[in-house]
Amino acid sequence: MDKNINVLIVDDYKTMLRIIRNLLRQLDFHNVDEATDGAQALSMLRAGNYGLVISDWNMQPMTGLQLLQEIRADSKLKNLPFIMVTAESKTENVIAAKQAGVSNYIVKPFNAETLKEKIEKVLVHA
Amino acid sequence: MPDVAKNALGDRFGKRLEEIRRRHRDATTPEAVAEIVYEVLGTMHGDISGPEAALLAEVEQIGRTIAAAKREIAALRVEDIKVAFIPSATDELDAIVEATAKATHEILDSCETLESVLPALQGAHAEAVQSAVTRIYEACSFQDITGQRITKVVRTLKSIEERIERIVSTFSEGLPATDAAPVSMPPADPEMSLLNGPQLPGNGVDQAEIDRLLASLD
Repeated sequence: MDKNINVLIVDDYKTMLRIIRNLLRQLDFHNVDEATDGAQALSMLRAGNYGLVISDWNMQPMTGLQLLQEIRADSKLKNLPFIMVTAESKTENVIAAKQAGVSNYIVKPFNAETLKEKIEKVLVHA
Repeated sequence: MPDVAKNALGDRFGKRLEEIRRRHRDATTPEAVAEIVYEVLGTMHGDISGPEAALLAEVEQIGRTIAAAKREIAALRVEDIKVAFIPSATDELDAIVEATAKATHEILDSCETLESVLPALQGAHAEAVQSAVTRIYEACSFQDITGQRITKVVRTLKSIEERIERIVSTFSEGLPATDAAPVSMPPADPEMSLLNGPQLPGNGVDQAEIDRLLASLD
């Protein structure tokens, strides 16, 4: 698993961005950028070279689900691993995310071990 | 009352109400209801039978109920709810989110300081500090969850405000004039039904269930 990849974390809560960034640093992922909504993330993804997206769902103006749909519809980004990290924990949410092409799904609040396990899983299959 | 008489009376009033309904397709206001009541009363000529008198009493009761509802709504001082109570409550809730965010950032500052001195520690001590810092990071995600819960409460308050405005505009005649804005309806976005925020214990699915669900969809 390549830990030198660029990771983009997307969340409208600054504290959550900081928590995930710090947990990623503990996992030896040091190339981490941040976006506070889907639209900003999409611009960054199209302009940069990222190997993993870790995104919240409930954001404005573009939600995490819409971001995922945009990514999967983009010929250059469509295979990008995408982990949804969200408080939305209803079955229909998981199904909708899966249908949109999510690589994995973490429900908040989560622990460091879960984050590590899901990242390893999606990067191994990437 | 014999069934035959009861049916005849029902037919009579049914026909009258049907005719009124045709003329008042959108009869949703209290004024329209009152008009219908008067129309029904106006059709009752001559001697009033026992069942008709009972109906008349019920119709009068409806009129009194409407009048009482209007008085109670006037006493609500809906402008106080709209201008003072709800904005004050939402401001307080926003202040909670802001305060918890500030405190969380301070906790994270301290954690990052601890991590920066980790290389000076060795063995079990380093591991213990690292583990404690990780647990603090995990615990700090409470700020995101509480923030989302508070946002849901704010949305509920806004919804209550809109409903009150709607009731008041329905019963507006005879009430003091208000400058209430039209009720805004949420956009018809199918994804909105999926945005419910954090669930109370037992309402959502846990990580293990999500993992099983994802695996079943592969």
